[in-house]
Amino acid sequence: MAIKKFAVACYDDEAVLFPAIDKVRNSGYKLHDVYTPFPVHGLDQAMGLKETDLHIAGFIYGITGTSTAVGFMSWIFTKDWPINFGGKPHFSLPAFIPITFELTVLFAAVGMVLTFCYLNQIMPGVKKHVFHPRQTDDTFVVAIELSEHTSEAEVLAFLKSTGANETNVQVAESEWWYGRFDKKEAYELS
Amino acid sequence: MHLKYESSTREPLVEGNKTYHQVTEDICKPIEQKPSRLWYIGFFFSISLLLFGVFSVFWEVYWGIGVWGINRTIGWGWDITNFVWWVGIGHAGTLISAILLLFRQGWRTGVNRAAEAMTIFAVMCAGQFPIFHMGRVWDAFYVLPYPNSRGPLWPNFNSALLWDVFAISTYFTVSLLFWYSGLVPDFATIRDRAKTNLRKRLYGLASFGWTGTAKNWQRHEALSLVLAGLSTPLVLSVHTIVSFDFATSVIPGWHTTIFPPYFVAGAIFSGFAMVQTLLIMVRKIFKLEEYITLAHIERMNKVIVLTGSIVGVAYLTELFMAWYSGVEYEQAAFKWRILGPYWWSYWAMMSCNVISPQFFWFKKLRRNVPFTFIMSIVVNIGMWFERFVIIVTSLYRDYIPGSWSYYSPTWPEVGFYLGTFGLFFTCFFLFAKYFPVIAIAEIKFILKTSGNNYKEKMAPIEEKSVEEFAHEMEHVH
Repeated sequence: MAIKKFAVACYDDEAVLFPAIDKVRNSGYKLHDVYTPFPVHGLDQAMGLKETDLHIAGFIYGITGTSTAVGFMSWIFTKDWPINFGGKPHFSLPAFIPITFELTVLFAAVGMVLTFCYLNQIMPGVKKHVFHPRQTDDTFVVAIELSEHTSEAEVLAFLKSTGANETNVQVAESEWWYGRFDKKEAYELS
Repeated sequence: MHLKYESSTREPLVEGNKTYHQVTEDICKPIEQKPSRLWYIGFFFSISLLLFGVFSVFWEVYWGIGVWGINRTIGWGWDITNFVWWVGIGHAGTLISAILLLFRQGWRTGVNRAAEAMTIFAVMCAGQFPIFHMGRVWDAFYVLPYPNSRGPLWPNFNSALLWDVFAISTYFTVSLLFWYSGLVPDFATIRDRAKTNLRKRLYGLASFGWTGTAKNWQRHEALSLVLAGLSTPLVLSVHTIVSFDFATSVIPGWHTTIFPPYFVAGAIFSGFAMVQTLLIMVRKIFKLEEYITLAHIERMNKVIVLTGSIVGVAYLTELFMAWYSGVEYEQAAFKWRILGPYWWSYWAMMSCNVISPQFFWFKKLRRNVPFTFIMSIVVNIGMWFERFVIIVTSLYRDYIPGSWSYYSPTWPEVGFYLGTFGLFFTCFFLFAKYFPVIAIAEIKFILKTSGNNYKEKMAPIEEKSVEEFAHEMEHVH
């Protein structure tokens, strides 16, 4: 967790956002992140983000659910407490299918949602800096991380030239925090 | 620039001249305003129904199952009828959000949030019935396979009733997760525009600190897609397993292989009818006619006529199989259904479920809102009778004529049913007031393809020849 300085540019249309991101990436400035009010397709490629591996996690959780269900039921009905149900075999795999399926889905879904929250670092009570109050409404926000060597005026002028309708510099906690963060450090930086 | 194009022969999904900001305004308005009188009346009516339901259940738990009208011959009455009815209603939400997502049906965005909420509340209502049907409800946890001090003695994993426990609880959990993961970004929208401190704090908690970074959205998309892929077989499995409760037993009228698809079709049929009932009210009360359009209503009516017809075919197939099987017990069961003392329930089912949805073959009626509203209620009355017919009229004339019986509910049974209506509508009223009833982010996602004002701009493109268009788009990326 660190408090950093950001140059922030706001765009009002995704059609302006895409060329702007290209320019920012070519300019050599450090692109911190892009915030959009809804999923914009192609944005991850434009920013050069890798495809997420969340599906693979989901698959692993699902397989875990499958093997838990089959293993548990088989162990109970063949080893732990075999019961004779009308002379049917103890290991009755077809009858295990419904519960096996349900547990596969349950494990995959719960596991994936928890992984999703962990990877995104979101949880009830977590706070993150909101660069623009309308970034969850209709504003597309690009944040550039500033070092002490970057000239603020230069960056802001550059961002304006990419079509931003609002630019400013903000000092903010770059990660999530829980409750309060050190306001003193933020004050010193600004 | 990305070309956002959709043929203008497709009806717009968002009417009016909307911008992204206008979408947020329209959908957040009911949350930020004081509720109307109508809302208060409805809410307190639901609460009183719920309290009456709680009293009825208390009465049953205190005195025992004997206060219900069920008897030795008819062991399943209104309770299981209502259970299957509510679970069935709970099917439309996940169908809309999952199966229609996989089929890339853009129109789901207008209705999925409310439909999923309906699913969750309906499953909550459904779950009450088998639990209190157990009689000694304080032992309800015996159905869970946990290491216990009784051996450990495990539940019977080969029993369809236990499959149901797993199916319903999984369905509830997964639907809830799917619904909530979609709600998180919308809660963030409300949080960021909140004027009062309390609202900011509460929606801040509910939004998990969502800010909408590109990576978060990428994972969100992946999560929605996989959850949709998981929910699609799940939604089909749940009513299949509910139908196993009947189909794996040896009662004439129940022991048929047609039950799983027949139950699933019926579930979607009644679920869509309930979605219509709720959304027609929601769009009127909250003035969301531009988001839940006639096109949405018409599409859902098409699903109703399709699934209603499948259900009709299933009824006729059952009759044919009873005759064709040559089993006299099976034939007797169906004869008593149609002509016995419960003839009225059979004919109520037939007229509400088979005949009435056929009106939706007419486009005029599909797009008629008052007619759709009435039909949606008729369909759910019919579907209630279907479950009543399957359960009670298969049981009441037993193998031994000496145990033939008749069944009518007592007030605690009726009160329990009314109580679940109370629970359902209390939850739904709270949802409509405090939650965005339409998925804000998803509407914005389709706005530039399917919004009315954006579609109008596409008209010049359609006039161009293919070569001309291809030439122009060659260097665009």
